[in-house]
Amino acid sequence: MPLPHLMIHIVPGKCDFCGCCVGVCPEDAIELMESKIAIIEDRCTNCRKCVWACPWEVIEFHREGVGHLPTHMPQMINEPTAY
Amino acid sequence: MKFDYDIIVVGAGPAGSTAARYAASGGAKVLMLEKDRDVGYPVRCGEAVSHEGVVQFIKPDPKWIASTVTKFRLVAPNGKSVVPKLDGSGYVLERRIFDYELAKLAANEGAEVITKAYVYDLLREDGKIVGVKTLIKDKQTEIRAKVIIAADGVESRVGKWAGIDTTCHIKDMESCAQMTLSGIHMDEDILEFYFGDNVSPGGYLWVFPKGNGTANVGIGLSVEAAKKKSAIRFLQEFVDKKYPHAAMLTHIAGGVPCAKTNSEIVKGNVILVGDAAHQVNPVSGGGIISGMIGGMIGGQVAAETVQRGDLMHLQEYARQWQKRLGWRHEIFYNIKEAISGFHDETLNDICNSALQIPEEKRSLGGIFRAALWNKPSLILDVAKVFVS
Ligand SMILES: Cc1cc2nc3c(=O)[nH]c(=O)nc-3n(C[C@H](O)[C@H](O)[C@H](O)COP(=O)(O)OP(=O)(O)OC[C@H]3O[C@@H](n4cnc5c(N)ncnc54)[C@H](O)[C@@H]3O)c2cc1C
Ligand code: SF4
Ligand code: SF4
Repeated sequence: MPLPHLMIHIVPGKCDFCGCCVGVCPEDAIELMESKIAIIEDRCTNCRKCVWACPWEVIEFHREGVGHLPTHMPQMINEPTAY
Repeated sequence: MKFDYDIIVVGAGPAGSTAARYAASGGAKVLMLEKDRDVGYPVRCGEAVSHEGVVQFIKPDPKWIASTVTKFRLVAPNGKSVVPKLDGSGYVLERRIFDYELAKLAANEGAEVITKAYVYDLLREDGKIVGVKTLIKDKQTEIRAKVIIAADGVESRVGKWAGIDTTCHIKDMESCAQMTLSGIHMDEDILEFYFGDNVSPGGYLWVFPKGNGTANVGIGLSVEAAKKKSAIRFLQEFVDKKYPHAAMLTHIAGGVPCAKTNSEIVKGNVILVGDAAHQVNPVSGGGIISGMIGGMIGGQVAAETVQRGDLMHLQEYARQWQKRLGWRHEIFYNIKEAISGFHDETLNDICNSALQIPEEKRSLGGIFRAALWNKPSLILDVAKVFVS
């Protein structure tokens, strides 16, 4: 059975650009500049290591099907780190 | 600015600046590129270093020393604490100024430094790495060099582009948060460390004095042990309880790769130094001095390599690092693995046993012996220190 499509999302404006997530990303899928950050989508495997490593709870994990709901909707969250 | 150098250093932290300094003093034409606007800012660090460590590189100067410490206090989960005797002294730095001074030392040796220069890829020709691609003040620029030194910190990517796997295992990445608080009443010559599953699982929380009633209050935890509760939440809870009236001056996030040195730190004409190479003391998470030692050896060997025109010589860097600190970090790593299995009761026991040692004999070694008592297999790791 194919896995559902998963998605990692960085909450804009909350990031401190510290690089902890980049350090654990096995796919080199995060671009981090002085004050810009982005996930390189076609490299990301949705492994969620960055979500767990982020000290500031900036990265969220969305399941497909939840679509474009606002980020604070509780049903998108499987991880207690996201709020 | 030229477009052709002997050596390019990516990142102007302590490791990068030290690498650039020694590479330039070894006679190489060096360029150091830093993505941020200012060297040394923002500060993502508790800023504690030992006197012995610093003086190898730079004469202590009041302008970058926030406080001088002579003691430290270890606080067990039950709140009891022990203050072991220390041999030397230490400093809490003003890293914003310290890092800047280190970059100046590199510049004094002839290294060029450019800030707001983000390196986004390696430059290749016929499959060979011949330099870097960078955005300098938002303009794409290609710069050539014979050797690339990746000193790009915990967020290092340069190594990956060169084919070195530098991913830090999630279990070794300490996820950190820190606030600089004012209105803290504490002895200003003491570093405080708090342990326990409710304070900082798989890591510790620190309070480092910065003078005038200010302190760095920070936390580094193991993501696995914290069960997905974030560093900032643990820190906020501690601060609310312990310093409810303090004012927050700054707050930052961060990460420390508390691992063994990366298994590969040299590949072709690319070398890794500092956090990029995981050259951090895995027990304490201290990486300023060890990164500078890595940077010094890397810079020296890179300059020699350029002079000899023999890339094979770069391997000498890995050999010298292993001999100087790499082997020690391996042992520290095993000790970290053993201690991270300690739960609150064990930590309380260790503290109690340490308190039974007469005060004048209460050294770190004494506490360590108490820890050994709780975990005899640690002896094997310690024995290795003496037989290797
Ligand atoms: C919260 C916290 C507390 C700490 N406390 C202590 C402590 O008390 N004592 C201690 O010894 N150590 C401490 N450390 C560890 C210490 O801060 C690091 O080990 C040290 O800074 C490593 O130095 P570095 O030069 O390798 O990397 P960094 O200091 O991280 O420097 C890397 C530089 O590279 C730049 N860079 C990254 N990518 C690029 C790119 N693509 N292009 C251009 N530039 C780039 C970055 O902007 C940065 O300036 C702490 C770390 C944290 C996170
Ligand atoms: S770990 Fe969190 S705060 Fe740090 S750069 Fe990544 S998303 Fe931003
Ligand atoms: S989910 Fe995994 S692959 Fe995707 S950005 Fe995060 S760490 Fe990298």
